[in-house]
Amino acid sequence: MLKIENLHASIEEKEILKGLNIEVKPGEVHAIMGPNGAGKSTLSSVIAGREEYEVTEGSIEFNGEEIGEMEADERAHKGIFMSFQYPVEIPGISVTNFIKTAINETRKAQGLEDMPASDMLKKIKEKAELLEIDRKFLSRSLNEGFSGGEKKRNEIFQMAMLEPKLAILDETDSGLDIDALKIVANGVNKLKSKDNAVIVITHYQRLLDYIVPDFVHVLYDGKIVKSGTKELALELEAKGYDWIKQEVTA
Amino acid sequence: MDLKDKLVSSFATLQEQNDAAHQIRQEAFEQFETLGFPTKKLEAWKYTSLNSVLKTDFNLFPTSATTLSFEDVKPYFVHEIDAYKVVFVDGVFNAELSNIDTEGFEVTLMSKALNDAEHKAVIEKYFNSIAKKDESLTSLNTAFTKEGTFIHIPKSKVADKPIQLLHFATGTENALFLQPRNLVVVEENAQVQIIERHQSLTDNATLTNAVTEMFVAKHANLDYYKIQNDKLTASLIDNTYISQEGQSNASVHTFSFGGKITRNNLNYYQKGEYIDSTLKGITILEGKQHVDHYTLVDHVEPNCESHQNYKGIFAEKSTGVFNGKIYVDKIAQKTNAFQQNNNILLDDTATINTKPQLEIFADDVKCSHGCTIGQLDAEAMFYLKTRGIPEKEAKGLLTYAFANNVLESVRIPELQARVNKLIAEKLGVNLGFDQ
Ligand SMILES: Nc1ncnc2c1ncn2[C@@H]1O[C@H](COP(=O)(O)OP(=O)(O)OP(=O)(O)O)[C@@H](O)[C@H]1O
Ligand SMILES: [Mg+2]
Repeated sequence: MLKIENLHASIEEKEILKGLNIEVKPGEVHAIMGPNGAGKSTLSSVIAGREEYEVTEGSIEFNGEEIGEMEADERAHKGIFMSFQYPVEIPGISVTNFIKTAINETRKAQGLEDMPASDMLKKIKEKAELLEIDRKFLSRSLNEGFSGGEKKRNEIFQMAMLEPKLAILDETDSGLDIDALKIVANGVNKLKSKDNAVIVITHYQRLLDYIVPDFVHVLYDGKIVKSGTKELALELEAKGYDWIKQEVTA
Repeated sequence: MDLKDKLVSSFATLQEQNDAAHQIRQEAFEQFETLGFPTKKLEAWKYTSLNSVLKTDFNLFPTSATTLSFEDVKPYFVHEIDAYKVVFVDGVFNAELSNIDTEGFEVTLMSKALNDAEHKAVIEKYFNSIAKKDESLTSLNTAFTKEGTFIHIPKSKVADKPIQLLHFATGTENALFLQPRNLVVVEENAQVQIIERHQSLTDNATLTNAVTEMFVAKHANLDYYKIQNDKLTASLIDNTYISQEGQSNASVHTFSFGGKITRNNLNYYQKGEYIDSTLKGITILEGKQHVDHYTLVDHVEPNCESHQNYKGIFAEKSTGVFNGKIYVDKIAQKTNAFQQNNNILLDDTATINTKPQLEIFADDVKCSHGCTIGQLDAEAMFYLKTRGIPEKEAKGLLTYAFANNVLESVRIPELQARVNKLIAEKLGVNLGFDQ
């Protein structure tokens, strides 16, 4: 589904990703861990198509198609979704109106008619229930004044509405209390199928107790320096990153 | 003959009317004669030149009357609501299109109020009492005062429906100069909502120089909405003066979406304590349109508030001006005065000049002001695009959202929806949702 080879990306002349490789197949869950500033958010932004990052070398293939030059909205239309580490506040447009626009623009790009209003309402209701989101919340301005946890839950609500093929969740667990973490993880698990895939970026093992990864990768200094199974996350939790850094520099 | 000379020579004819405003007109005329039209040399007119408008050969008094059917002009009303209507066509009251059949309060014509005995006292008390005497365009309007709307809401009366004031120009004249004059008196504890629109139906030039004086007594409430979405051949100079007594609320929302040159002079005078004044505006321009908001809030008593929020979106070669003056007298302690002017330039050929002027002489006050000029936030653009919203639609949606939150304080839902739609249309976006 996603195949990244030798990816180099920089921002403002500064190289952040330095030859990164990863392959994600349908049905898989991958966790990416790594110290602050390693380039995890950069990787998700580059996959999602943020223009400020320049891809200087390497390739990003999605379902066999090179997407490195595509606009972010085209990538979304192909089924890539990114949950932001820091969701943006947009006063003046409600969550509901925003998600309606997103869904109908995606449908338009796929040559479909607008979703009938009644279907839309039904879907919103269903997904809001799944994530235990209050209806009142949906008429508020997008992310404006939302608490950290509310923002993250709202990201997953959008994911549930858009039903992407590949979801990249950038520190979705940070800011969530224990109950919210379970609700959000449960939401993600409900949406999982053999045809879609998830990349979970996290600093903590506890999320991985709920969303169980098939693979765990360590991203350090712009590269994936170690990959393993879910036991690697436990090892990292216990030992930190120093031993990995030493392995890399050795 | 230039416009000033023309005005001077026609003044004598007008003065044959021997009504309640005779003496006031004479004095105002002399003022105008001395001052002439404002030029860019004046600080207050630094960024707005009337030259391109004033060189037009305007007709001062329309010679023929035009008939309009409601169907012709329906789109210009907020027709979704039940409202009183006062309609002027080329400056002349049109009874067929109007509905001023009020009960318990009065909506009538200025020509009537200025001429009959019944209104003598109210005219003497209010007429031209807060309009600036030393301002040339206001003086010009005063000198030619003839017609307009007179609204009087007596004590404790709540006007049951909004009042829509519509001024149409039909283009029977090559170019028409209109000077409506309005007076609104809202007595103690009374309430009224007014929607105003000046609309040209022709490509012939029109220039409107309007003066509206409004008096809001103790505990009274006034909401005034101006919809400015005129033709590229129509210019408007709006001079609005509001006097408020203690515990009253007055709000003016100005929606400036089009016209050649629009100048909004909006002046608030607070004359009591615990007064709330609201000034809001959304300006969306393109082409070579020009809008200049010139506001004044005069805080001279303690414990009052003012809330000012103007948003501007400027495309192509359009230009905007915001000049907001807040004066806080030394006795006006505990004043809360807020002013915000945020702008987005969609093209680098568009211009905005924004200038807050705070003159604060009291020490125990909360005053804040801020102005921003920017492009759309890149982070927000990316966020929208990752949700599948293409560049053009994302831009539209963000500009829409930027303007939209000024609408929260509009208290007539149908009007809010209407303006909402106008904003979407102006920005050329299909929002994919209602409202
Ligand atoms: N606009 C920018 N200009 C310069 N450097 C940047 C810019 N954006 C990111 N960086 C740098 O890129 C590096 C990687 O940042 P990134 O946000 O990808 O890290 P991360 O692995 O997600 O960290 P964290 O765990 O703290 O979220 C950091 O050193 C950061 O300072
Ligand atoms: Mg990060």
